[in-house]
Amino acid sequence: MIAELGLAALWLAAALAALQLIAGAMALTARGAGLGGIVRPVAIVQGLLALLAFLALIVVFCQTDLSVKLVAMNSHSAKPLVFKLAGAWGNHEGSMLLWVTVMGLAGGFVAMVERRLPEPAMLATLAGQAFVSLGFYAFLLLSSNPFERLDPVPAEGQGLNPLLQDLGLAFHPPTLYFGYVGLSVAFSFAIGALVTRQVGPAFARAMRPWVLGAWIFLTIGIAAGSYWAYYELGWGGWWFWDPVENASLMPWLAATALLHSVSVLASRDALRAWTVMLGVVAFSMSMVGTFLVRSGILTSVHAFAVDPERGSFILGLLAINIGGALTLFALRAATVSEGKRFAPISREGALVVNNVMLTAILGIVLFGTLYPLVAEAFGAQVSVGPPYFNPMSALFVVPMLLVLMVGPLLRWRRDKIARVRSLVAVPLLLMTGVAAYLVIRSDIGVLPMIGLVLAGGLAIASLMPLKGRDLRRTPLAVWGMVLAHFGVAVSLAGMASDSAFSVEKLVAARPGDTATVGPWHVTLERVEPVAGPNWTALQGDITARYGAASAQSIHPQARSFWSPPQQTSESALLTRWNGQLYVVLGDQAGDGRWQLRLWWKPFVTLIWIGGLIIALGGTLALLGRVLSDVRRWIARDKIAWRRERQGR
Amino acid sequence: MNGVPASSSRWTLWLPLMLFGAFVALVLYGMVRPADRNVASALVGKQLPAFALKAALPPQPALSSRDFRGKPKLLNMFASWCVPCAVEAPQLDQLAGMGVEINGVAIRDRPEDLAAFLERNGNPFTRIGADNVSAVQLALGSSGVPETFVIDAAGTIRHQHIGEIRPEHLPTLLAKLKEAGL
Repeated sequence: MIAELGLAALWLAAALAALQLIAGAMALTARGAGLGGIVRPVAIVQGLLALLAFLALIVVFCQTDLSVKLVAMNSHSAKPLVFKLAGAWGNHEGSMLLWVTVMGLAGGFVAMVERRLPEPAMLATLAGQAFVSLGFYAFLLLSSNPFERLDPVPAEGQGLNPLLQDLGLAFHPPTLYFGYVGLSVAFSFAIGALVTRQVGPAFARAMRPWVLGAWIFLTIGIAAGSYWAYYELGWGGWWFWDPVENASLMPWLAATALLHSVSVLASRDALRAWTVMLGVVAFSMSMVGTFLVRSGILTSVHAFAVDPERGSFILGLLAINIGGALTLFALRAATVSEGKRFAPISREGALVVNNVMLTAILGIVLFGTLYPLVAEAFGAQVSVGPPYFNPMSALFVVPMLLVLMVGPLLRWRRDKIARVRSLVAVPLLLMTGVAAYLVIRSDIGVLPMIGLVLAGGLAIASLMPLKGRDLRRTPLAVWGMVLAHFGVAVSLAGMASDSAFSVEKLVAARPGDTATVGPWHVTLERVEPVAGPNWTALQGDITARYGAASAQSIHPQARSFWSPPQQTSESALLTRWNGQLYVVLGDQAGDGRWQLRLWWKPFVTLIWIGGLIIALGGTLALLGRVLSDVRRWIARDKIAWRRERQGR
Repeated sequence: MNGVPASSSRWTLWLPLMLFGAFVALVLYGMVRPADRNVASALVGKQLPAFALKAALPPQPALSSRDFRGKPKLLNMFASWCVPCAVEAPQLDQLAGMGVEINGVAIRDRPEDLAAFLERNGNPFTRIGADNVSAVQLALGSSGVPETFVIDAAGTIRHQHIGEIRPEHLPTLLAKLKEAGL
């Protein structure tokens, strides 16, 4: 009954999306102008109905209603409640439903609060949003119905992939989805602006909070996903340039570029066509990412919903949405005037460098991700990995970070390097110092060395925009920028330190044996079986001593899940302020010795701490923008109210 | 100085669309290319590895590799917790009805669940062995449930069917059994 309710709500929401599209488009013509009034309410109700459908799915997962196929395939009565809930979106159908739900709610929210744009541009935006949603509704209802019933009803569910039974991961996909959906709103704004030829600061200001919000979620999503891969896969690495990781990185790169160009458009009315283009590209990358993951066209450890039919459906949606948007761009961009001009040495100039570099990195990642497919077309089997991605992206990251040290200090429109010379001197001095120290040590690679030097310089340079400001009166947006740039330096320091200073050791140890890795002395006390709610495991009882400090005990496990049967390794981590000890329990050798993999990773945690600082910076900036918007609305309402009273 | 030279050369505005077209063409190729993603067992054409499993449902008979002698038989890997296994049950019943001998290997199962599963979906099996650690499954190069192997009278693996047996798969399986000498 609840499943049917959900399905009915989904159909109704789809019908309303169609109505929203038709009414929005007709209202733009002279004859249909009267229809404009219904578009906003329809958008709101559509979002609420999608939410109802999603709640229905949550309920059937909570009840473990095995007559619903999706529940039977992805849940199990013995599973802890939080993973039953996560099971609702830890699969293809459920995650698509989550997607349209968030998209519907975002559209409804835009319809409710956005009043800055001229009404036609707003109607075109909402119609665009409805068009994109409609595609996903069709996808759900025609080929991935989450509420499909099963006959006969199985006695027990198939369980959730044990790798996915992890609290962090339960919330990783939704985080990325919020990001993707935020970019879909930015995309709709871009379409609305193109259709009505209203590409200007008002459009940029309306779009900016959505881009910022999406970017924050993507940043957190990527950082969390990377940490998950780091401790769950047990390989000691934190980024593998896997197609699925790239699929989440590409929208982030595009969103980062868009975030900066939208600021130029909002403050200076420049980079009009380019910003619109990036708006289209950012959402394209979200869809391309989804397509690459779901179609199984590229081999990946993450592929969890591979199905050619679904792949072709998403490709169809992609072709219609993005092909249509790019055609519209080609037809309209020539009539979008260039906007204000600026000198090469200026804040705008630095932001253009940022955009060009980010776009180049995006191109490199996209090309590297697709290259195996290109090669296959010519009959070769290749895989593309770090030897391509690391140096190629460094080629552009390095100049980008150098410009990043100066850019925020420059004035809009026109400036001179001489003016900021004294501000740049401090970080430059520091960089020279770090470089000299590292060259003397000279036992680390070129890329980690460049990384450490840049991180040091950037950490100082990122704080320079605060110099000479009254800190209490500094706007939140500036604090946000400073913090985000500082976060980049922190994260970079972690990455460089991990590749420069990590120590790895593989040992075969009998109980009682001690191994040394870096400053740690690690003793295998014993290996014993333990049981969890739906798994059994061999658990290593290990004591680790940092230098002469007192011993700490850690417990890496080799887990066996029985529903579905699968082996995973639970690495054990010991975190100190200056790094992490990473221990994985391997197989038992014939002679009673156990394989242990040990890593000492100095300052590796900075990678994710930096990611969180970046996200926090974004949040401050968003808060600043939203608060100033709210203040402006309140002021406007007060003026209107006073005028009304005086008029009486 | 601007990201896109709007007035100078209009054809460049079509460039993004062209690149996107190339991308779509590439992945379309990727999707239609013949690709068999099933991992076929390397043992097809070779002798069935030796194994001896305990009976999954005593007192019904146990299963060992020696039971695959004398005439072509099917070996079916299944489990009560596996939904596709329930889907293929009618097809297995149909095969059993035609006189094909089917031996089952129950993967990581519990007797009471298994009994309930057979109660619900019918029992086409002559013998069922319990493989609680997936040992036979791994030895046979099978990567999931359900999977079905055609074994000939001499104990040679003649064919591997990956995934559930749907009605449209029955002719192929029967043909393979006939090739094996049934």
